Amino acid sequence: MNTGSIFLQQLINGLSLGSIYALIALGYTMVYGIVKLINFAHGDVMMMGAYAGYFVLVAMGTTVTGSVHVSTVSLLMAFFAAMIVCAFLALVIERFAYRPLRNAPRLNSLITAIAVELILQNTMRVLPFVGPDPRQFPTMMTKNFTVGPISISNIQLIVIISSALLMIALNYIVNKTKTGKAMQAVSYDLQAASLMGISVDRTIAITFIIGSVLAGAGGILYATAYPQIDPVMGYMPGLKAFIAAVLGGIGSVPGAMLGGVILGIAETLTKGFLSSQYADAISFSILIIILLVKPAGIFGKNETVKV
Amino acid sequence: MSDEKELVLQATEVSIIFGGLCAVSEFSCELHQGELIGLIGPNGAGKTTLFNMFSGIYTPTSGQISFWDRNENVHIINKMNPAQLNKLGIARTFQNIRLFSNLTVSDNVRIALHNLRTVVPIDILLRTPRFRRDEKMMTERTLELLQLFKIDNKKNELAKNLPYGEQRKLEIVRALASNPKLLLLDEPAAGMNPQETEELMNMIGFIRKEFHLTILLIEHDMKLVMGICERIMVLDYGRIIASGKPEDIKSNPQVIKAYLGSEAV
Amino acid sequence: MKDKVLRNMLIPGVCAIIVVIVPAVLIRFSVIDAYTAQILTLSGINAIMALSVNIICGITGQLSLGQAGFMAIGAYSTILLTTSVHLPLAVSIILAGFVTAFFGFLIGFPTLKLEGDYLAIVTLGFGEIIRVVLVNMKKWTGGPNGKQFPTILTLNPAVAYLVIIGTLALLIILVQNFVRSTYGRAVLAVREDEIAANSTGISVFRYKMLGFVIASFVAGIGGALYAPFIGFVKPEQASFTKSIDYLIFVVFGGMGSTTGSVLAAFVLTYLQEFLRFLQNYRLLIYPVILILVMIFRPQGFLGMREFSFVNTFDKIRAKLSQGNSAETQNEEKGAETTEENNV
Repeated sequence: MNTGSIFLQQLINGLSLGSIYALIALGYTMVYGIVKLINFAHGDVMMMGAYAGYFVLVAMGTTVTGSVHVSTVSLLMAFFAAMIVCAFLALVIERFAYRPLRNAPRLNSLITAIAVELILQNTMRVLPFVGPDPRQFPTMMTKNFTVGPISISNIQLIVIISSALLMIALNYIVNKTKTGKAMQAVSYDLQAASLMGISVDRTIAITFIIGSVLAGAGGILYATAYPQIDPVMGYMPGLKAFIAAVLGGIGSVPGAMLGGVILGIAETLTKGFLSSQYADAISFSILIIILLVKPAGIFGKNETVKV
Repeated sequence: MSDEKELVLQATEVSIIFGGLCAVSEFSCELHQGELIGLIGPNGAGKTTLFNMFSGIYTPTSGQISFWDRNENVHIINKMNPAQLNKLGIARTFQNIRLFSNLTVSDNVRIALHNLRTVVPIDILLRTPRFRRDEKMMTERTLELLQLFKIDNKKNELAKNLPYGEQRKLEIVRALASNPKLLLLDEPAAGMNPQETEELMNMIGFIRKEFHLTILLIEHDMKLVMGICERIMVLDYGRIIASGKPEDIKSNPQVIKAYLGSEAV
Repeated sequence: MKDKVLRNMLIPGVCAIIVVIVPAVLIRFSVIDAYTAQILTLSGINAIMALSVNIICGITGQLSLGQAGFMAIGAYSTILLTTSVHLPLAVSIILAGFVTAFFGFLIGFPTLKLEGDYLAIVTLGFGEIIRVVLVNMKKWTGGPNGKQFPTILTLNPAVAYLVIIGTLALLIILVQNFVRSTYGRAVLAVREDEIAANSTGISVFRYKMLGFVIASFVAGIGGALYAPFIGFVKPEQASFTKSIDYLIFVVFGGMGSTTGSVLAAFVLTYLQEFLRFLQNYRLLIYPVILILVMIFRPQGFLGMREFSFVNTFDKIRAKLSQGNSAETQNEEKGAETTEENNV
């Protein structure tokens, strides 16, 4: 295998991983865009989605040992379960933890987000039927397709295609529906939007829900690609997705998509050519560099303070 | 009063462009020692932008601004930052009051005396006699200023708890504490009722007499501007359209067209 | 005036000596058992970290989510200075503080140019980078398993208490001296309104950096005392999770209040031990309390207020000797103003 083919292979791997990061990053960026909150609990919503899917798959009889495999139907059921659970979580969290603090200083909301993260993680740890130990996520039979020197698995294809479909759906919602326009309006100017008759509470809740639904889907895809789940699985991907959102320009939807993919590819290229140990450090270094060079991110706008 | 005609600040063809929009265009003026000059114009004319250039918050895109400090040394101040300019002798107030809200009235003024310190960090850690001397000096000077403007009775109040009019006053006192040669007042009468405005006019007159400085004043309140300014500059769309004595400005047709409209003073 | 100065130094000084020496003696003679001593001493370390967070977040107004990173630098520096450079422990600890301050200076340069959320994110990033570097430099840091470092502080609870609480008291005094000075007020001005501070002659970047470096120094000392006390250190000590732990102390106690931060560190450390019987459910109660505090008492316990030893002393004296003394008290009180640096 020459360098070129390793490079292409890692590109494919990175695209797959990056799509997942992008899905999660979208949640971060939309929430930040609309209420200027860094929702630290977002990675753990993804974790909850993965667990929801896990329990559905187990209930449907699919097992780890491979006697009954995950089929398309059961995977779809897992998706639905994850999305519904995450939507519900989003509703509850927004209503009880974030809404009371909407007018509070940002630090307070930040701390609350961290508290929510702790609650989600530790609830899963403490629940008797879950527990802190990792579990194997049931996967489907792996099939590899080779195109020349590179191979792509069916799982990777599923990840890339489902992510793309979800992002197209999101794009449609944000740009072509009234709800989407309401979301944009509230993110520009909350007070003006409410004066125009937009229900700000509802719009914000919908934003949280959409973001969490995507995170839930991301959780299923992540668990399918890396089939070990545990209560803290959301921490690293959540952090990386956050970096992706910042890289693309926090608050920008296309930014989150692009940022996710770039980060995923950067990570896999590092793993392929340098060493997997440095993969994390590279992600953080990208964060530092982008914040020093262009803090607003790739698609972000520089805001100047009026004196 | 203002018989000396030494230059304090001179702007030569100063322009500033923000992403394609020319906010101030080829502005020139001369400010002399002891003058009280008004800067008026419609909203968006570029007045505060000009202030921001004079006080170091913005850098002009072209042109030159020169300032003569307390020792009559001239500096080209285009690229200097606000802290440097304050040390040279320029102080300002803001359109939207910028006080140190959670600090006391006294501390707000005292902070402006920071550059008069003689201590080094070791002194404050070990509380040396030099530290105590500095603190005593600052306490006395602060009290002096507060008493001069009759807000010493509130010296331990948090700045944010002061009524609006006194907050504006405090901002001016803080600016004076740094011993400026040029004082820039940005809409000091904004939000004031006629009585407060009257008091403000007296205060500005008092400052001019007591402190021997030059004052440049942005205002929309015509009574105040016409009442106390010796000279007025009128800005519109970033350009100066008239400059002269209040009577001349009042009857200048271009100014009336651009700004005063039918507002008879 | 001179009498007043003496009073300002004597009253808190005496209190400090009592709080530092008496329990140490009690521990030495097992009047206070080793377990309680451990909690008190650990609270001391947490209080030093809370002090550090309060300096950068509360006093300088810059939200830093990476103070634990500096603590780790301090901890590992102490170990390396003692074991590899063979300096005596006390010297290593002090030097580690300065090493950390130096890193604070380096990291501060790019970081402090950013605003608000971005600043928070970068400090988070730097904290994690420090952690990753510590994990990977196995030769120096022992990798993910960390380094063992048993010392007299690990073995002798009385000495540990004396050293750590003593350092805490000293740091509190130095920090308060700094805040109640013209430099401290300049930093507060930067916190309150950067543009106004700049226009009032205070170079904003320089004073942000001052606050940042002092906070890193204090965090470094915290780490430098932590390693010899606990007996080992792991790269996780630099993690975001730890930074948040320390941030929570300050939020609870009152962002901007030294007293609040230190008190909260003691109370919360004790609370976490106390709730141990709840086992894993403790992990749920703690964040729920956090949310409740954020919603119902966001300014924390003390807000920005400080506890004044001298004022309290006067009040107690006034209450105890009512009558004639009341007049002299009033005279003295009249002469006191906030500018007179009541400690």
